Amino acid sequence: MIVAERKPMEEILAMTEEFDRILVLGCKGCTTVCCAGGSREVEELATLIRMNRKQKGKTVDTLEASTELQCEPESVTPVLERLANQYDVVLSMACGAGVQTVVKVLPDLRVLPALNTNFIGVAEEHGVWTEVCLACGNCILGRTGGICPVTRCSKQLLNGPCGGSMNGKCEISKDVDCAWQLIIDRLKELGELELLEEVFPVKDWSAGWHGGPQKIVREDLKS
Amino acid sequence: MNNFEPLIAVFSCHYCSYAAADLAGSSRIQYPPNIRVIKVPCTGRVSSNHILRALECGADGVYVAGCLEGTCHFISGNFKAKQRVQHAKNLLSQIDLEPERVQMYFMSAAEGARFANVAKEMTETIRELGPSPLGRNKSE
Repeated sequence: MIVAERKPMEEILAMTEEFDRILVLGCKGCTTVCCAGGSREVEELATLIRMNRKQKGKTVDTLEASTELQCEPESVTPVLERLANQYDVVLSMACGAGVQTVVKVLPDLRVLPALNTNFIGVAEEHGVWTEVCLACGNCILGRTGGICPVTRCSKQLLNGPCGGSMNGKCEISKDVDCAWQLIIDRLKELGELELLEEVFPVKDWSAGWHGGPQKIVREDLKS
Repeated sequence: MNNFEPLIAVFSCHYCSYAAADLAGSSRIQYPPNIRVIKVPCTGRVSSNHILRALECGADGVYVAGCLEGTCHFISGNFKAKQRVQHAKNLLSQIDLEPERVQMYFMSAAEGARFANVAKEMTETIRELGPSPLGRNKSE
């Protein structure tokens, strides 16, 4: 999932200061799962905005709603149409893709991000998320025992650990596992250590973010 | 300010502090009339949003009263409540409201006197802090 977290209240309050009718729009996808922008967080943020205004002796109307997937115009349009003319600004609690979808659907209205989108990750436990994928566009998990060195090795090495690997930990911090130690241990368990005999060629980083904004076109699906 | 009588919402666990309130009553122990008890099946039911709403609707303070640590009938409800109270305090700090307006207490069903003492302590704390800047709006 895409993992995000709410911006500091100070920043959100400054962004929304000039508006008196605010639609706080959550997303029932990734940001619900990472507890940053689901209906509970929408209620929390709307309440905090109202409390802040009340403290200053001002009023504000907050509307609370959530879309199924805010990155899909089909999910966004019906919700925005249902609430049309009831708000002056949309405060989106989705990832950056969700915010930009709302912008496309509502080109004439201000749309503001309430979250910072951090990474593609998984929940380690309730309340703890870690980054596991950099969307490099050229997946090698099949050769590394399902552990991604591109994301989890601090140097993004592709052919084994560096000299900074100590007792299974990375030299940058004793709290960070050495990804290559994990990979070797995992391949040993699987009896597939020979996979490492093959030398990884220089990686083509242009398939990911380094190559500029990516685009996929499926001729079989295009209308 | 001296005449200020705080309004305090208490989220009270059915198994401990609510029974402790009963005991305080049947033992004729006096406590300030400033508290309004909201019974919950377990303090694990209380979310930070409940706490915020109580403050928004005019409470000058809110506290959650759960079972003694290790004795929750639902194993960990009181610990979850403790975390959520801390979260609510952090949120209040972010909008420049005093986090001391929200507290967590633990007590057993046998502690009628403690229920009364906590009510007194919280009333005094809020009296010192003064009225909530959100004011009261009885219609909400």
